[in-house]
Formats: sequence, C-alpha cells, structure tokens
Amino acid sequence: MEWLFFALFALTALVGSVGVVLSKNAVHSALFLLLNFVAIALLYILLQAQFLAMAQILVYAGAIVVLFIFVVMLIGNDTIDDFVARERPILRWISLLLVVVFVAGVVYVSWVLPNQQIKGVPGYGSVESIGHILFTRYLLPFELASVILLAAMIGAIILAAKTKPPVGRPED
Amino acid sequence: MVPTGYYLVLAAVIFGIGALGVLVRRNALIIFMCIEMMMNAVNLTLVALARHFGTLDGQVFVFLVMAIAAAEVAIGLGIVVGLVRHRDTTNVDRINLLRW
Repeated sequence: MEWLFFALFALTALVGSVGVVLSKNAVHSALFLLLNFVAIALLYILLQAQFLAMAQILVYAGAIVVLFIFVVMLIGNDTIDDFVARERPILRWISLLLVVVFVAGVVYVSWVLPNQQIKGVPGYGSVESIGHILFTRYLLPFELASVILLAAMIGAIILAAKTKPPVGRPED
Repeated sequence: MVPTGYYLVLAAVIFGIGALGVLVRRNALIIFMCIEMMMNAVNLTLVALARHFGTLDGQVFVFLVMAIAAAEVAIGLGIVVGLVRHRDTTNVDRINLLRW
C-alpha cells in the first residue's frame, strides 16, 4: 500500500518538475512548481516527517509560490519562446548528458546502501520532538535563522524602496 | 516500507530536472523556480536519510533550510524585479553589460 502511495506522489512530483521546465507560460510554470511542492510535502508524510510536511505547505506552497506569481504578474507574463539560443543546440545535449550521469551515480550508490530495517521511534517527526531538539540542541541555529530573516526583510525593503531626491532646507 | 534508495533516486531526478531547467531556460523567473526545485530535492534527500538513520537532525536541517530559502526568494525576487525594470527584459542573455 505504501508503494502505491509512493509511486503516485513520486509521479506527481516528476510531472510537476518537468512541467516547470517545459512550460512556455510563466504562470503555468509556477502552478507546476506548486504541484511539485505539494507532492514533496506528501512524500514527507510518507517519510514520517509530519511537521516538515506542514511547514513545506506553509512556507513553500503558501508563501514562495505566491511570491513568484506576484512577481510574474508584476513583470508581465510574456510567452516568448526563451529556450536556449538556437545557435547553440549542443548545450541541451551536454546538460542532458550531465544530468543522466548524475542520476546514474545516485542509482549506483543507492544499490550499495545497506537496506537496514528502519526502526520506528514513537513520536518521530512530531511537533514535540522537533520542537524539543530545536530548542535544546539547535538553539543557536534557530536564533541565527531569525537574524537572517530580519536581514532579508531589511534587504527586501531597501531593494524595493523608491529613491527620492533629498529635501532641501527652506532657507537655502 | 519503501527502501531509502528510491527516495534518493527520486530526489536526484528532481535535482537533475531542475539543473536542466537552469541550463536550458533563459527566463530569469523560470531559472529561479528551477533553483527552488533543486533545493526541494536536497530537502527530500535530507529527510529520507534522516529516517534511514533514525535521527531527527536531518529534519531540523531541512526546517532551517526552508527558513533560509524563504529569505533567499524574497531578496532574489526583489533583485529580479529591479533588474527587469531597469533592462526591460526577462531574458538573462540580454543582461550582458559586464561581459567581455
């Protein structure tokens, strides 16, 4: 039964990722990306990472894809065929070859990986266990992540702000 | 129980498709979407291996990667918007003022 779910979610994730790359419309690509993210969230549930599945839907599907669609609407959804330049078709084949070599390497390594019996720890992947480890052992990265988010917020505001000419004093 | 190798291969294929998208497409936004897809593939690898070894460290790693990815998307899209407003094109081949 788990195989059936894995096959279904894996196929959905692959369809989503291929759709992102091959779609000529930027909004369609964003929606295929959403499909990919939701399929990966479902795969997280299969991997006993329930908290991460919900965080994935909140952060990736709920914020990042929305940001992408905002920017696509802001910039303009031009459907120009922007695939790799016509005068260099060899690049497509070189990149495809690199990807095939990489996937073949991972397949080989996975065959060598010992298929040990995965023991189920009660409460693995739940909110309590991740919260416990996040606030005891990984407290410093947690606080640093909040600092990084603050820096990103300031940076985004500065990037988007319009520059106004400086206001002169009235008596000059 | 699905063996961990299948998750690793699936993550590698998604990563490869994202890498292909970054190399082949010329639209700045699509390239960015493919970068996010690659990051998701790495997250999937981390979670699969965390379950394989029975620890939670991989999941905490992924949680922090998600936070960083959100920050990165915000800044990156701000840069892309500024760039497109300045050069009036989303084609990264036209962003060539600093080329030799």
